[in-house]
Amino acid sequence: MEADSENLIEIRDLMYSRGARVIFKGLNLTIKRGEVTAFMGPSGTGKTTLLRLITRQLIPQQGAIYVNGVDIATLNQRKLYELRQRFGMLFQNGALLTDLNVFENVAFPLREHTKLTNRLIRHVVLTKLHAVGLRGAADMSPTELSGGMARRVALARAMVMDPDILIYDEPFVGLDPISMGVIVRLVRRMNDALGITSIVVSHDVAEVSTVADRSYLISDGKVAASGSPDELQAANSELVRQFMHGMADGPVAFHFDAPDYAEQLLGRDSE
Amino acid sequence: MTSVLRDIYNNVFEFVRTFGAFQLFFLRLVRHSPRMLLRRPGLVIKQVYNTGALSLVIIMVCGFFVGGVLALQGYANLARFNAEDSVGTVVALALIKELGPVITALLFAGRAGTALSSEIGLMKATDQLSAMEMMAVNPVRRVLVPRFVGGVISMPLLVAVFTCIGLFGADVVAVYLLSVDVGAFWQQMQLSVDIKDIQEGIFKSIVFGIVASLLAVWEGYNAIPTAEGVGRATTRTVVITAIAVLILDFMITAVML
Repeated sequence: MEADSENLIEIRDLMYSRGARVIFKGLNLTIKRGEVTAFMGPSGTGKTTLLRLITRQLIPQQGAIYVNGVDIATLNQRKLYELRQRFGMLFQNGALLTDLNVFENVAFPLREHTKLTNRLIRHVVLTKLHAVGLRGAADMSPTELSGGMARRVALARAMVMDPDILIYDEPFVGLDPISMGVIVRLVRRMNDALGITSIVVSHDVAEVSTVADRSYLISDGKVAASGSPDELQAANSELVRQFMHGMADGPVAFHFDAPDYAEQLLGRDSE
Repeated sequence: MTSVLRDIYNNVFEFVRTFGAFQLFFLRLVRHSPRMLLRRPGLVIKQVYNTGALSLVIIMVCGFFVGGVLALQGYANLARFNAEDSVGTVVALALIKELGPVITALLFAGRAGTALSSEIGLMKATDQLSAMEMMAVNPVRRVLVPRFVGGVISMPLLVAVFTCIGLFGADVVAVYLLSVDVGAFWQQMQLSVDIKDIQEGIFKSIVFGIVASLLAVWEGYNAIPTAEGVGRATTRTVVITAIAVLILDFMITAVML
């Protein structure tokens, strides 16, 4: 596949299953350069799995994922690590290294991949920590941070190498409104100011709508709908309406498959 | 009948697969170890501190009492033959050749091995190893190799400390409590302990250091990333290390006799 200047990541006919459970069955989507793209979908649809596939922490059983026109399944470890240096990833829980303090966590990629002097590393790290408002917490241990602070430190670490692609896994979960607002603005601002491409996985419809240029609604192993947040809000599909408006009734069942309620309560199935 | 055969086949297949993976894992650690020692000695020294220095208290206390109890038992039995002056020899040979390396390895598995397994298992459970992968840093090289090398360096040093403190404990018990002649205690020991005995102890301590550290990082790295999985990995570290150390001790002793 030729490298397309507009499409940064292309996923073609992706099939992936874990054990007997099929997670993706022929998923196709495109992530455009310079945009904020959101993956949305009910819990358990494999959004985080999709991120792990895009970053090749997992390998698809069928289909291909192209980054800059290159099928990432064909990369050897050296090439893969070169590619990953252009990715920044914010994990759901921050995933800060607990044996290092906040400063060293943010400095970690620089110390591992560059030969910058301590003075320069200090300068870069403090700049990034200042951007997320946590310059004052540089000497703290990750265990002393609140969930929101840990995620902001992780964000500073994700952008310390000035990546081309920033990936956010559920960045809005469990945040207070102030931290949430800060993170939402940071996502948008960094995307626009630094010219990077962002991928956000979330099921927070309201926040995603304010930050994403394009959203993919993933359900049942495929893309159920895609478009700008406004287009999704106005969509006629029952599934999209149910998800975007948080309705209990619709194609996505609230209850997991179970025997008849009354029969189970009365114990007839065990007799 | 066929299901029994299938179960046996599956278990044998799984065992061979795991054992092969274990050997490849060991080779990966060994391959990265020299470079880690030369280029990032600070990381290794930190782990020598974590696994070695922090184990010193338990090693010293246990060493003292093991030496003391050997002196008590040795004295009680040798006194029957009026050979209580040989208690130094008995204690020294037992400590240098057997109890020093074996008990230190068992204590190491309980103190440092469990700490390594649970630390690595928790790093896995909290996505820290995945985060490193995503930062293009190989977690085997950055996390596991320094811990493995640190453990391998620590073990012979801990065995030496254990043995010396054990001899000191035996001296306190035999000479000060049981009134064995101090000259006879140490001279008999010097005359009967050969350099080959010390070499055997050092060889065992190196082998046990490799086995205990390898099993600890292996179990941690392959832990199921849940609270229960990390707990189980920690327990397995102690149990498997204990079994491996005792079997290897028998084999090495049989070969070196």
